Amino acid sequence: MDTQNVKPIRDIEMEKKIESNIAENQNMDTQKAPYAKFEVPDPVVEVNDLNLYYGSKQALKDIYMDIPKHKATAFIGPSGCGKSTLLRCFNRLNDLVDSAKVEGEVLIEGEDIYDPSIDITELRKRVGMVFQKSNPFPKSIYENVAYGAKIAGENRKSVLDEIVEKSLKGAALWDEVSDRLNESALGMSGGQMQRLCIARAIAVEPDMLLMDEPCSALDPIATGKIEDLITQLKENYTIIIVTHNMQQASRVSDYTAFMYLGELIEYDETEKIFLNPSNKQTEDYVSGKFG
Amino acid sequence: MNKFWKNGDPFVWLTGVALMFSLLMIAGLLWLIMAKGLGFFWPTGVTEIELQNGTKVMGEITSREQIRGISGKSDTKEAKYRTQLKIGNRDLYGLDFRWIDDDQIVSETEPKYAVVMERREWGNFYGFIKEITEDGTVVCQGNEECWSKLEQDIPIYAAIFKEIRKIEKGDIGGINREIENYRLKIRGVELKGGDQTQIKQYEEKIALEEEKYKAKEKELEVLYQEFTKEKIVMLSVDGREKEMALGNVVLAFRPNAMSWLQKAGLYLHRVWGFVSDEPREANTEGGVFPAIFGTIMMVLIMSIVVLPFGVLAALYLSEYAKQGTMVRIVRICVNNLAGVPSIVFGVFAVGFFIYGIGASIDSFFFAESLPNPTFGTGGILWASLTLALLTVPVVIVATEEGLAAVSKEIRHGSLALGATKFETTWKIVIPSAMPAILTGLILAIARATGEVAPLMITGVVKLAPQLPVDGYFPYVHLERKFMHLGFHIYDVGFQSPNVEAAKPMVFTTALLLILIVIVLNLAAIVIRNRLKKKYTTSAV
Repeated sequence: MDTQNVKPIRDIEMEKKIESNIAENQNMDTQKAPYAKFEVPDPVVEVNDLNLYYGSKQALKDIYMDIPKHKATAFIGPSGCGKSTLLRCFNRLNDLVDSAKVEGEVLIEGEDIYDPSIDITELRKRVGMVFQKSNPFPKSIYENVAYGAKIAGENRKSVLDEIVEKSLKGAALWDEVSDRLNESALGMSGGQMQRLCIARAIAVEPDMLLMDEPCSALDPIATGKIEDLITQLKENYTIIIVTHNMQQASRVSDYTAFMYLGELIEYDETEKIFLNPSNKQTEDYVSGKFG
Repeated sequence: MNKFWKNGDPFVWLTGVALMFSLLMIAGLLWLIMAKGLGFFWPTGVTEIELQNGTKVMGEITSREQIRGISGKSDTKEAKYRTQLKIGNRDLYGLDFRWIDDDQIVSETEPKYAVVMERREWGNFYGFIKEITEDGTVVCQGNEECWSKLEQDIPIYAAIFKEIRKIEKGDIGGINREIENYRLKIRGVELKGGDQTQIKQYEEKIALEEEKYKAKEKELEVLYQEFTKEKIVMLSVDGREKEMALGNVVLAFRPNAMSWLQKAGLYLHRVWGFVSDEPREANTEGGVFPAIFGTIMMVLIMSIVVLPFGVLAALYLSEYAKQGTMVRIVRICVNNLAGVPSIVFGVFAVGFFIYGIGASIDSFFFAESLPNPTFGTGGILWASLTLALLTVPVVIVATEEGLAAVSKEIRHGSLALGATKFETTWKIVIPSAMPAILTGLILAIARATGEVAPLMITGVVKLAPQLPVDGYFPYVHLERKFMHLGFHIYDVGFQSPNVEAAKPMVFTTALLLILIVIVLNLAAIVIRNRLKKKYTTSAV
């Protein structure tokens, strides 16, 4: 497909509004928003003109988006469209890639997380992450969940016990593992491991949870459990989930963003994206015509 | 035909044959060493041989072989054989072994009363008991009567000998050390300018110690008299009499009159003596305990040094250093370091550790005992450090492999929870890589235990008077020279005045060395497997 045809949605009024906003910001006055930002209620994350390069290759192009608080937002799009990269911008995990270079700003609760004064470890405690491949540490189940709290300096056994129990319950795992907390986490099933990773992430009491294709390696039953869990979790956490599975996106998310080749093509309420997308490409993708 | 090659069966056979040959060689090596080494302690029968010229010889038959002509072929149609006999009685005959042509032998018998005596001096004695005397008066006579007396007395004398040893090495050694200490202190005071009152104090203390020394000496004299009170008169098979102090006998037995069970008991007793006693008679007899101790202690010190160093170096190389040409060059250098001949490390150690660091330590901390070197000469510390240097590449390479095997996902998982890189490395990466690190240590230990060449010039001696650990402050004496099993094999087998007698010792010592390597490795493997179990009981 010719990328020239990929045109973001435009809304003249919105553009004007954004332009005036940008004009206020002196650093950004040379930049122009190419399209209107989709307005969400109670935004917790604001992404403004985010560009990301891996060496000379541009992975994210001019992303503007807001993420609503205590909702589940899904990123969909074909492989290599930059959705995981965008997700990793929110906890600055892209910093680990030597060649990655980030331009623009990402505000979480009004604070620019790419500001040099920001403490990355503090940021990552606030923005938890669950990975595509479940990655429990080669330690006991208990140690896995308590790890974040221990890192944060919590050493009291009673407090740790409480955190572990609460987190495992929060991840709907407590009933299954409460009698073998001291066994290796690597002896669990794939779905349990993934829920353990979720428990581990919520144990540090983050504001947000980033999920990078959390169910791609799981069977349908385990997937169902995780999805139920996401539905529960979004009452207390802002959840951003990257997924290849469009049914999943439609099931769990309130808002959906469709990305293609590093650009944000369409971002709207999930229902609208799946039932009545404004963009032809989005329609093609969600209806399975390409991707 | 083409199909025959293509399906790969010949290749499977080839690989199988290669593996079989390797296994056969290992099995053959172990079998040879075990056969030669384990048999040494079994009490063989004593044979009395009458020769055609009317003389008699007695001893243990050690081997029998065909006599060959100068051309290397059998010189007559009928093959001729000769027998080697360990006749012992070095004080009477001068030689321990004798070859006898088989056609000279008239008869072979195994006399029931033939006694084998292991002695503290002069090696074994083969013969018969004539009498035991005490202060010149005969206590008992004849084989039967004296045997029970002998059996009773040997443990008593062993106890006295132990007591003498304790006083000589322990008490008197301690007093000497004290005196030496005060002398050095006096020297130290003199070097600083000489505070006479202090010197006087020390001299008084020396006088005090010397008095103690005299008391101990008297005690020792009494013990020595006790020790040589009873004398045993032995008859050799050719009728010569030999009188010796009963205390001189370490062990006596009559192999021809022993049951299988008794022999087994004696066997165990001798094996235990071998691993727990000190060497006698220029290392050709007695035990090898100091060598075992030295070997293990050296390996332990080496492990303590090499593990942190290797792991830290590997951590920097693979976790922190910017991967590029420089790191690649360093890696190649490290790998090559593992291939440098060990003697080169020894030479380096002599130059750097002993003459460099050791001499500096001496001039700063042990100036008063100069020109006698303390650390400026070979010692267990320097030998261990040399081996650590030798084996550090092994640990680095193994650790790096282990670190590389810790997946990116796990690291990111830790970082995403707000852990710093240091916390991730320390709490996640190193524990995960621990099995690999210990594998490196196992390889290092295996290499270090068997290494001899660099040790010969950095602190191993054929006979160390003291162990590197004892009851005197500071208890662990890293500057001391030590004994080592590998060097012991070389020394006993090829440097001793009595090579023939020492030959079995070579095999037993080699066997012991193999055992120690196995035990050290097993210990490390058990620890590694525990860790593995703890970290990776994967059911996926």
